[in-house]
Amino acid sequence: MNFTMPIFSAALPEIFVLSMACVILLVDVYVGKRFSIVTYSLVQLTLFFTFILCAMQFREYPQAVITFSGHYVLDKLAVLVKLFVLVTAFFCFAYGRQYVNYRNISRGEYYLLGLFSILGMLIMASAMSFLTIYLGLELLSLSLYAMVALNKDSGLATEAAIKYFVTGALASGLLLYGISMIYGATGTVEILSLEKMAVFSPAQTAVILLGLVFVLAGMIFKFGAVPFHMWVPDVYQGAPTSVTLFIASAPKIAAFAVLMRILVEAFPSLHVEWEHVLVVVAILSMFFGNLLAIAQTNLKRMLAYSSIAHIGYMLLGIIAGPNSHQGYSAAMFYVTTYVIVAAGAFAVIALLSRSDMEFDQLDDYRGLNTRNPWLAFIMLLLMFSMAGVPPTVGFFAKLGLL
Amino acid sequence: MNFIHLIFYAFAIAALVSGFMVVVARNPVHSVLFLVLTFFSMAGVWILLRAEFLALILVLVYVGAVMTLFLFVVMMLSINQVSEREGFVKYLPWAALMMLVITGMIVVVVGPEHFGLTQMPAPPPEGANFNNIANLGAVLYTDYAYAFEIAAVILLAGIVAAIGLAHREPRDRKSQTIEKQIAVRPNERLRIIKDSK
Repeated sequence: MNFTMPIFSAALPEIFVLSMACVILLVDVYVGKRFSIVTYSLVQLTLFFTFILCAMQFREYPQAVITFSGHYVLDKLAVLVKLFVLVTAFFCFAYGRQYVNYRNISRGEYYLLGLFSILGMLIMASAMSFLTIYLGLELLSLSLYAMVALNKDSGLATEAAIKYFVTGALASGLLLYGISMIYGATGTVEILSLEKMAVFSPAQTAVILLGLVFVLAGMIFKFGAVPFHMWVPDVYQGAPTSVTLFIASAPKIAAFAVLMRILVEAFPSLHVEWEHVLVVVAILSMFFGNLLAIAQTNLKRMLAYSSIAHIGYMLLGIIAGPNSHQGYSAAMFYVTTYVIVAAGAFAVIALLSRSDMEFDQLDDYRGLNTRNPWLAFIMLLLMFSMAGVPPTVGFFAKLGLL
Repeated sequence: MNFIHLIFYAFAIAALVSGFMVVVARNPVHSVLFLVLTFFSMAGVWILLRAEFLALILVLVYVGAVMTLFLFVVMMLSINQVSEREGFVKYLPWAALMMLVITGMIVVVVGPEHFGLTQMPAPPPEGANFNNIANLGAVLYTDYAYAFEIAAVILLAGIVAAIGLAHREPRDRKSQTIEKQIAVRPNERLRIIKDSK
C-alpha cells in the first residue's frame, strides 16, 4: 500500500483549535464558576492566535495544497473563509458576553461548544471529500443544538433546540443518502477525483444527479432556504440571542464554502443541471423570505425571514458564477457582508436585552432614539445596509451580484 | 436466483419491515426492539457484502451495548403513549402521498436500468488469506486518519453537550460541607441554655 505522510503544517489552525479546546476543557474544570472570565479570555485568545496562523498560511501557501490523502485542501477560498469565520466568531462571543452573563448560561460549556462548532466550520472550509464535509457539518450542528438548549429555564429555547435537532437530523439523513448515491455511481467520495473524472456516462449522470439533488436538499436545509426554511424563524426566536447571533453569522460562510466545493469543484460539468434546482430555490427564498418578513412583530423572527431571503440572493451569485468572471467572488462578498450586517443587528438586540426581559418585539424599539441614540443610529445603518441603500455596504454587495 | 439472493432478500425485507415498525409501533419499547431487529438484518446484509468485521461490530456494539442502554432509557422515561400519536392520522394521507410521489419520481428518473452489475461491476473475489480487519485498520489509520480524528472530536463535543445540558447546580440539596464542620470553633456552636426554673 502506498501512503504519504500528510502535511500537518497545512492543518495547523485546526490542530491548534482542537488542542486549545482540550486545554480549556481542563482549565475550566479547575478555575471554578467565579472566574468564568478565564475561560472566556482563553477562548478569545485561541481565536486570535488561530486567526494569525490562518493569515500566515495565506502568504505561505500561494498554491492550493491537498493533503491527508485527499481529504483536506488549503487554498485561497479555505483560508479566506476561515479568517471570516474566526473574526465573526470573535465578535459574537464579545457581544454576547453580557447577555449570557445575565441569563446565567455563561458557563464553560457555552464557550467550549462554541469552540467546537468553530472547529467544525474550519474543517468544513477546507474539506475536500464528502466524508470530511459531512463530519465537519455534524460537529458544527451538534454543538449548535446544545448551545441553543443551554438556557435550560426557557421553554422556548428547549422547543427551538428540539426543532433544530429533529430537522437537522433529517437534513443529515438526506445529505448522507445523496452522498451514498454519488459514491455508488462514481466509486469515490473525494472531490479531487470527481473533478478529474470530469465527464460521466449517461447512466452515471442520472444517479449522480439524484444524489446531487439530495445533497443539495441537505445543504439547503442547513442553510435555511425555501422550501426547507420552516425551522429558521422558530430557532432564531427561541435561541438565546447570543446563540442566534452565532448561528446567523459564521455557519453561513462555512456552508457557502462547502456549497462551492460540491457544486463548482466536484461537478462543474453538471452545471446546467444543478442550476435548475438552485434557480427555483433562490427565487422562492427571495420571494417568501421578504414577503413573510413583513408580517412579523418579533425582530428576531423578522431577521430570520430576512436571512432566508439573503440566502436566496447569495445562491443567485453561485448560479451566475460560470457566466461572469466575478460571479463567485460577488457571491462570497455578498455572504460576508450579509453575515457582518446580520451579526450587527443581533448584537444590538443582545446588547439591549436585560436580565429580566428580551428586547425583541418591534414595539420595544419605539423611542429607542431618545433612550440610546448611538445604538438607534447603528441599527438604522444596519437596516439600510440589509435593504441595500446606496452608501452602505449592502448596496455594493447587491451591485456586485447584478 | 440462487441461494445467496434468497438470503439477501430475506435480510433486506426484514430490515425494511422492522424499520417501518420502529416508526409505527405504539409501544416505545417495541420500537426499540424493532430497531434491534433492523440492525441485526443490516448486519446480515453486510456479511453478504463481505464486510464481516463491520457486521460483527454492528451486532456487538449497537445491538449488544448501545441498544440495551437505549432500552433502559426508554423504560425509565415512561413516555405518555397517547399524546405522541396526536395528528398521526391527520398527516398520514399527505405523508403517504408525498412519499409515493417522491418514490415514483425517483423510479422514473433513475430506474433499475441505472444499477446492476453492468453499471457497477462487482469487485473481484479476495483470496483465501484476505484479512478484513487488517485492511480496515490499515486504511483507518492512514488514509482516513483525518476523518477518524474528527469523529473522535464529535464524540468529545457530544460528551460536553450532554453534560452541559444534563448538569444542574446543586440546589435544595441537604448535603454536609465537611470543611466547615471541621473548621468550626467553640463559640460558633449552638449552646443549650438551660431553663433555670
